[in-house]
Amino acid sequence: MKLHRKTGLRATALGALVVSGALVLTACGSDDNASPDGTKKTTAASNIACEGAKGQLLAAGSTAQKNAMDLWVKNFQAACEGVEVNYQAIGSGGGITKFNQGQVAFAGSDSALKEEEVTESQKICKGGKGINLPMVGGPVAIGYKLDGVDGLVLDAATLAKIFNSKITKWNDPAIAKLNPGVKLPDLAIQAFHRSDESGTTQNLGKYLSEAAAAEWKHDPKTKSWPAPGGQAANGSSGVAAAVKDTNGAIGYFELSYATASSISTVKLNTGAAQPVEATPENASKAIAAAKVKGTGSDLALSLDYKTKAEGAYPIILVTYEIACDKGNKADTLPTLKAFLTYTASEEGQKVLSDAGYAPLPAEIATKVRQIVPTLS
Amino acid sequence: MATATPHHAPPPGGNQTTTPKTSAPSRAGDRIFRGLSRGSGITLLVIMAAIAVFLTYRAVLAISKNEGDFLTTSEWNPAGNPPVFGIAVLAFGTIVSSIIAMVIAVPIAIGIALFISHYAPRRLASPLAYVVDLLAAVPSIIYGLWGAIFLVPYLGGLNRWLDQYMGWTYVFDKSGEGVARNLFTVGVLLAIMILPIITNVTREVFLQVPRMHEEAALALGATRWETIRMSVLPFGRSGIISASMLGLGRALGETMAVAVVLSPSFLISGHILDPGGGTFAQNIAAKFNEANEFGRDALIASGLVLFVITLLVNGAARWIIGRRKEYSGANA
Repeated sequence: MKLHRKTGLRATALGALVVSGALVLTACGSDDNASPDGTKKTTAASNIACEGAKGQLLAAGSTAQKNAMDLWVKNFQAACEGVEVNYQAIGSGGGITKFNQGQVAFAGSDSALKEEEVTESQKICKGGKGINLPMVGGPVAIGYKLDGVDGLVLDAATLAKIFNSKITKWNDPAIAKLNPGVKLPDLAIQAFHRSDESGTTQNLGKYLSEAAAAEWKHDPKTKSWPAPGGQAANGSSGVAAAVKDTNGAIGYFELSYATASSISTVKLNTGAAQPVEATPENASKAIAAAKVKGTGSDLALSLDYKTKAEGAYPIILVTYEIACDKGNKADTLPTLKAFLTYTASEEGQKVLSDAGYAPLPAEIATKVRQIVPTLS
Repeated sequence: MATATPHHAPPPGGNQTTTPKTSAPSRAGDRIFRGLSRGSGITLLVIMAAIAVFLTYRAVLAISKNEGDFLTTSEWNPAGNPPVFGIAVLAFGTIVSSIIAMVIAVPIAIGIALFISHYAPRRLASPLAYVVDLLAAVPSIIYGLWGAIFLVPYLGGLNRWLDQYMGWTYVFDKSGEGVARNLFTVGVLLAIMILPIITNVTREVFLQVPRMHEEAALALGATRWETIRMSVLPFGRSGIISASMLGLGRALGETMAVAVVLSPSFLISGHILDPGGGTFAQNIAAKFNEANEFGRDALIASGLVLFVITLLVNGAARWIIGRRKEYSGANA
């Protein structure tokens, strides 16, 4: 009996050794991948002003800007001793809820505050209200997998029909007309959308209902997928994986997911001379066409989805940081101002394109830079 | 794997004599132990009551503002103006996927349990039982990833086959192209996930069939299968039912695996091979992150319904087990 037990123990130990060995090895692997990136960023982050920044700054919200936030937080913390910025990517809705309950210093959101949310924010912002500061932009790419077809071109109306299940075959005349000389297969279109609620869905919906109003009659404000039909997958990564695996599939996600899994993206025929590709630069050009619709220090943007500007990619997502204009908590205010000053600064915006996001156009960035110091 | 310890059911009525029963707690140790166990019991009741009160309170908040009928509406838009949401689709999807899971899992679980308890050589039986138990230790998100990446592509062929040859049944009629992110795939995945609990409990019951019954049947000249049919299965029937109910309870509440695999939509469709449908738990997982406060209350209201359904199912299982205590599977 005793002998038997010993062999059992020995086998367990061996198993544990193998497992922990594997863990150690994988840990090394990921470290190695991250370090060249990291060192480059930290050396760049030299002139961050940390005036009075101290302690912990809590924030929560949009998952769309999480990667940008991670970079900013890393650089900011490296420059300012003893400061900790904690951004929880729990989704825009959750971020706004937490902000309005006074649990976080600022919220990240894919869409500007609604009226009732502004009213609610007045309870937290003593003597002021919540304002939207545009901070990160990015293209929503339409990814597809269609063997033998490269550089597919679509326009808003066709896209709406595809996602509405009105066009069901790839060799549909409407698609063929936009892609002269391309041999389109007689294959069913499998349109994928998000199964969870998402700001990405909302922004695509806003684009379609503006640029293809006749075809897309669904509520543009909804975060869950409004159209009947199609198939769903969980999260941007789920949609990207589904599109990558399925011949004849089409779906939408932030550009970084397309680049990461090398999925071909649709070029949009916006009415400009050339079809526009989804790139950070092209998204920046489209954001430049946006108008500020907020009043006072609120910089909520009204995006121009119908832009025909050369090289402007119109399916864009702008994420805001939401903070109080007046009545921010005294102990976090200096840190909040220092952090947002950095994110809006030229240096902070420059970091964005490395992460697949679009920097704010100069005009809007300047406005944000004017507002941030006035927060109180 | 190597740590597999021999796993035998203790012989019934082995050494009962070593623990004589004392009628009244007279010593201090007894009183303390009694107080502790009573305290634990009460704590459990309080926790359950707290969950129920919380769910009911938030659910009432949401339902009182709901513009649709909570039970029959097949739409989920609590953020809309006016807010409309209902659980019809979720209840339908939850029940259908659980039924599919049960139809697949119960026969297989009984087969495995019979094999382990009556057919397999002992050297094979205990490792096999152990491996089945290991299935329960795999986290459900892992099942979800495996389901979405491995199972979905592989079930595509089966889906086409079912559509082609069984399409006349309406249930297996597939209305279009599409990957297998449907209620059927979810059912298959759930079946795998509930196998261990059903197998385990059923096996314990089978092992407790009195030897005399089986020997009597064998003495009458019955084959092994006839013995099983005449003595083991009738004896274990209520055990099988209660095991299945415990499995059903798990299938009803499975969240992450379903959320990753299913392609949900708010439509009730009897075509189980078409993408669509949804389950309570999946819907909560999918909508919770981005929901506003009222949306969360609405999700909690749907959670209350699931809570009640699961309580009923588990209660029924306990009741069936309790009816014939002498071969209870509750100690499994």
